Amino acid sequence: MSSHAEKQSEDIKQMKVVNKEKLTQKSFKANTLDFLIEKMFFVFGSIAVFVLLLLLYFLVREGSSALQEVGILTYLTETRWYPSSPQGAGYGALQFIVGSIMVTIGALVIAIPWGIFTAIFIAEIAPKRVREILKPVVEVLAIFPSVVLGFIALVILSPIVANVFDLSNGRTALTASLILSVMALPTIVSIAEDSLRSVPKDYREAAYALGASRWETIKIVTFPAAKSGILAGVMLGFGRAVGETMTVLMAAGNAISMPMTEFMGITVPNFLASVRTLTANIAIEGSDVSWGSLHYSSLFVLALILFVITFVVNLIADLLISRQRRKLTNE
Amino acid sequence: MSKQMSQRLWFGICGFFASMTIVALLFLLFSIVKEGASVISWSFITEPPRRNMTEGGIWPALVGTFYVASLTVLISVPIGIGAAIYLNEYAKQGPVVRVIRMSIRNLAGVPSIVYGLFGLAIFASTLRLGVGLITAAITLAIMVLPWIITASEEALKAVPNSFREGGLALGATKWQTIRNNVLPSAIPGMATGSILGLARAAGETAPIILTGAAYFSRNLPSSLNDSFMALPYHLYILATQHAQAAAVRPIAYGTALVLIMMVILLNLSAILLRNHYRRKNEMF
Repeated sequence: MSSHAEKQSEDIKQMKVVNKEKLTQKSFKANTLDFLIEKMFFVFGSIAVFVLLLLLYFLVREGSSALQEVGILTYLTETRWYPSSPQGAGYGALQFIVGSIMVTIGALVIAIPWGIFTAIFIAEIAPKRVREILKPVVEVLAIFPSVVLGFIALVILSPIVANVFDLSNGRTALTASLILSVMALPTIVSIAEDSLRSVPKDYREAAYALGASRWETIKIVTFPAAKSGILAGVMLGFGRAVGETMTVLMAAGNAISMPMTEFMGITVPNFLASVRTLTANIAIEGSDVSWGSLHYSSLFVLALILFVITFVVNLIADLLISRQRRKLTNE
Repeated sequence: MSKQMSQRLWFGICGFFASMTIVALLFLLFSIVKEGASVISWSFITEPPRRNMTEGGIWPALVGTFYVASLTVLISVPIGIGAAIYLNEYAKQGPVVRVIRMSIRNLAGVPSIVYGLFGLAIFASTLRLGVGLITAAITLAIMVLPWIITASEEALKAVPNSFREGGLALGATKWQTIRNNVLPSAIPGMATGSILGLARAAGETAPIILTGAAYFSRNLPSSLNDSFMALPYHLYILATQHAQAAAVRPIAYGTALVLIMMVILLNLSAILLRNHYRRKNEMF
């Protein structure tokens, strides 16, 4: 029975091929035109690859003089940043890297539980009417221009932070983390929700049939099945936060120093210190640096570091998403 | 703890976090609307800034944003749609397509400030376009390209396969089929994607800081090489760079409100357009 059906579909396939050949022999002129058009669309299609390579090429080319004269190790491990001083120039960018990672981690500490619980609520718990309110809310949060969030952090959040912790300046790593969490949230929620939704209904029904409650089903069945996709959402949220410029530029204070403090004898990151991130430093110094100088070249090294971080993070997210897809289709 | 109690507790926790998203959105909107609403008037929209930006309106910034966002869309949409047509209509699954898709996803993740620096290096300095409207627009166009491609591809995917088969069965070539049968039904979806791209370009600040936004300019840009004022950059300047921060604060709130309203209205119109045509398509 099934082999018969297979043979039949095989026949149909062959008929299709024959028909296609006949059709394509129809008009030589139309065919040449079609061929050219297809090639043209191929050029459009591959433009993303071209742009990515061009981007990488220019970052490396413009950064090469700094990489040769100063060396990548200086950027990654030292903390003196005086790139345009005539004597005793310093190219240590470690404090920017630490700043970027601090505000990102701080943002994720807030955004991960917030985003994942919200996604579970939207995908698994909320009745349809509530879901239809929550989804647009998350979408509007996603489109908020970052400069407006930065402005709110500056005029509303930072005075609150200054008040609560008794600081003279409320623009700190903490302030930036708070506002960045709002930026990372929509990414985490939408990817995690997609991932929870992609878990087949059978999984849940099997759990109900075994007597599990709705929450037990989420905890033991749905969430573990969606885990890779949710993790991908977290990675993309990380990428979004580490690459964000305007909010941190306006909220974090931008002091060029290592934001560390002694706590019970060990050095720990100080979230109440003013920090400058890689992105903020490029924005601050990029518009009036003289083109071609070592300082200019150094900014491209910072951009290269950022590029590598986001590239790796996106790659991991990619792998996680395809793993999730494979897992759910194989079983 | 009983099964029901624990379920109620966890559902409560999820509901709490979900409601916090609503609280956050309301807080953000409220804080801008409260201070900004009283600033906005017809003259605020239509007048240039006066007295070192402590008085007057935002007209040049509004026009500058309109110019740069429109140029961005003009550049990115044709390329994005072309790429989407290749990926959805011509390409066969394989390593080439996999590399293209990986590149698109990676471009979407590149920080906007890195695009700004890239635009500065390639267009302003290497190609000698200088900093100004066209450099900023090309840079933004590259930045929004991944979103335009993705949105256009979604629109093409939504066109039923029977449309294509019908065309091919009648002896039309592949391109004739795409042009006559597929594209007309995909255009509303593509328009939606373009409007979303426009909104994103209009709200973006970091790349234009490096590629052409002006602190202040008396005149509207008259050529593609002129630097321009833009709403988001204007807000940044008023909030952080201006010497009389307190004096310009109301204008900053007003600018923020106009910016938010613009972005939300653009998105809303995109969504309404999408829903309108989705309903129409369902009749098939």
